[in-house]
Amino acid sequence: MSEFEPNIVAFLCNWCSYAGADLTGTTRTSYPPTVKVIRVMCTGRVNPLFVAQALHRGADGVLISGCHPGECHYMKGNFLARRRFMMMKNLLEFMGYDPRRIRMSWVSASEGKKFAEVISEVTRDIAELGPLQPNKS
Amino acid sequence: MAKARVGVYICHCGVNIQSTVDVSRLARFAATLPQVTVAKDYIYLCSDPGQELIRNDVKEHNLNRVVVAACSPRMHEPTFRKVLGKAGLNPYCLEIANIREHCSWVHHDIEKATRKAESLLAATVAKTRLLEPLEEKEVDVVPSALVIGGGIAGIQAALDIADTGFKVYLVEREPSIGGHMMQLDKTFPTLDCSACILTPKMSDVGNHPNIELLTYAEIAAVKGYVGNFKVTIKKKPRYILEDRCNGCGQCASYCPVEMPDLFNMGLSQTKCLYIPFPQAVPAKYVINPAYCRYTLRRECKQCEPVCKDLKAIDLKQKEQLLEVEVGTIIVATGFDAFDPVIKPELGYGLYPNVITGLEFERLSSASGPTAGSIAINGKKPKKVVFVHCVGSRDKSIGNEYCSRVCCMYTAKQAHLIREKLPDAEITVFYIDVRAFGKGFEEFYDRVKQEGITYRRGNVAEVYKKGGGLVVKAEDTLLGQLLEVEADLVVLAVGMVPSAGGAAVGNLLKLSQSADRFFLEAHPKLRPVDTASDGIFLAGCCQGPKDIPDTVAQASGAAARACIPLSQGKVKTEAQVARVEEQLCRACGFCIEACPYEAIGLTRIETRGIARDVAAVNEVLCKGCGACAAACLSGAIQQKSFTDEQLLSMIAAFGERYE
Repeated sequence: MSEFEPNIVAFLCNWCSYAGADLTGTTRTSYPPTVKVIRVMCTGRVNPLFVAQALHRGADGVLISGCHPGECHYMKGNFLARRRFMMMKNLLEFMGYDPRRIRMSWVSASEGKKFAEVISEVTRDIAELGPLQPNKS
Repeated sequence: MAKARVGVYICHCGVNIQSTVDVSRLARFAATLPQVTVAKDYIYLCSDPGQELIRNDVKEHNLNRVVVAACSPRMHEPTFRKVLGKAGLNPYCLEIANIREHCSWVHHDIEKATRKAESLLAATVAKTRLLEPLEEKEVDVVPSALVIGGGIAGIQAALDIADTGFKVYLVEREPSIGGHMMQLDKTFPTLDCSACILTPKMSDVGNHPNIELLTYAEIAAVKGYVGNFKVTIKKKPRYILEDRCNGCGQCASYCPVEMPDLFNMGLSQTKCLYIPFPQAVPAKYVINPAYCRYTLRRECKQCEPVCKDLKAIDLKQKEQLLEVEVGTIIVATGFDAFDPVIKPELGYGLYPNVITGLEFERLSSASGPTAGSIAINGKKPKKVVFVHCVGSRDKSIGNEYCSRVCCMYTAKQAHLIREKLPDAEITVFYIDVRAFGKGFEEFYDRVKQEGITYRRGNVAEVYKKGGGLVVKAEDTLLGQLLEVEADLVVLAVGMVPSAGGAAVGNLLKLSQSADRFFLEAHPKLRPVDTASDGIFLAGCCQGPKDIPDTVAQASGAAARACIPLSQGKVKTEAQVARVEEQLCRACGFCIEACPYEAIGLTRIETRGIARDVAAVNEVLCKGCGACAAACLSGAIQQKSFTDEQLLSMIAAFGERYE
């Protein structure tokens, strides 16, 4: 299993986590090449459908990352995202996916190092769960 | 729009991308993607020839959409949007694949990085095929600015904007403007008297026809966006009517209650009906309700009859809320001096002759509690020890940064002691001396020659021995443990972001860097901008600075803040929400999700039947997309981030390329 490199789709908000991920790059902090980023303006944009579709279409895990609670550029988008995330976990479990395959984190624009840590952690956790196979979470 | 004809351009960024991502392979891969008409790689796409390459291709290949695989869209999206605009394309028919910050700079394995870049590019092309041209609208700009904080940064910014001809609201939470600079005695390295150079500027602020000065006031709420901010300002009760008080101060002489004088860092007492300092602007008195017997217990009232002619005292004054409209905002909330109580080993708070640098300024100042005499409890010190880097460059308390002023203010304070107490023994414990500014090294050199001993070493402890103090330190050059006697220890405390500033930051949704100071939009090229359009930073709220740097940054911020004001118009967000009326069932979920009250229901008629649907106010919408995620039928979508567009990326990422 250690050879398995998971395919992870990450939804990052433009203002905090995407900027944080940029900082990870600027400071040349490395992390596994497992995560592919979809930039959204706010994590509040992330529709549960996106997460289900990502797993359905071949991702092994999904990360949603936004501004710290209370620091959302759009005031309350990350709270909406958090609420949806909790519901999504139930929904995904119901659909037969291991809820550990989705993860939410708060990474600010100055937390480049934290972003790399989050990616390494998510990669390790998803790798432990193994590849996502249809009808087998 | 016609069938997509996508041009893909892959930037080498010199070796930044090219050394980790096989760019020619990436270009060959891009050419195989559906609807890609042309795919090229180039050494620097942001350069003039790079931009021209794209413009020429748009014409030659009749492209209608462009993908640039390069650095972060947060860097060059505006650049390439302009390229499309110049080529006659809609600027929103562009997508950027971030193969630098998110790929070549964070991965080392060329094969894996190239495969990831292929995946990023495939997803970006998939989304780009579905992009629609968007329209940018313009709105008028309110020709006024708000400056938050009345220290030297806020004063300079307010004066510059006001002199340019725009109205400025300057909000200061203390009863007078002036900030920390007003508390300083002399300024390094020129030894100018701080108050003497500051008070003319303060007076200019007070008299400027374009500046509305709101002291003893705080920001309560901010709504809106660049060009049209609506700001609620809470004016705390002074219990003295500003428009009536002439600053004569007779009332204060009748006030029986004393309290610590905070302007003097609590080193002396003042009346609770007070003026912060004689040159205060506005020169109006104020009553501190935490001490006043009337506000506390409804008794006393001795001040009221004194002001019988002007009737300026109003002990029942209430807090007032004011609403102002401004086009731009400058944040200049400054710093707090580090509180060395957090480092108990230094004895601050325990021994009265351990003081901070800022307290020393008040002691040394002719307007201070001792009229400039260096004395603790009436006793002049003979042995003075300065301790550098208190609260700075200190990981143990989470302040890794250098506060940039302490080395020089310590040198200045050592010089002032030498001037006032020629026989005093003066020792300075430093880690490194950073004398980087104009005239700094020369000044430091001069001070060293004034019989002041500089010893490189960390101070471990300050303790009491007999009647005096002992400073225990390690001389790191000699490798010796030292114990130096002292009867005055001055801690060169650093700067931390001001506590009041954090509240302002929350209201304005400003990001902070790891050191908790406000984060600028770009560390090199947009040092006074924030991530939010129309909001700028000046002074120490962005990071520790000395006075010249603060003034320069404040003027910079003022110039930036004047750009939208003088243009008179700003473009509104184009990537806003839109409603597909046929799909909308008027459930109102989007209205609930919208943080800006930008969505409402409107009545439409289809085939003679009236029904409600959601409608978006495009001026209020900021394009967060929360509505689109809340909509069950997919009727409301965020332009450039539609379900269809994002799902196309998701599908592309799902494809594995091994």
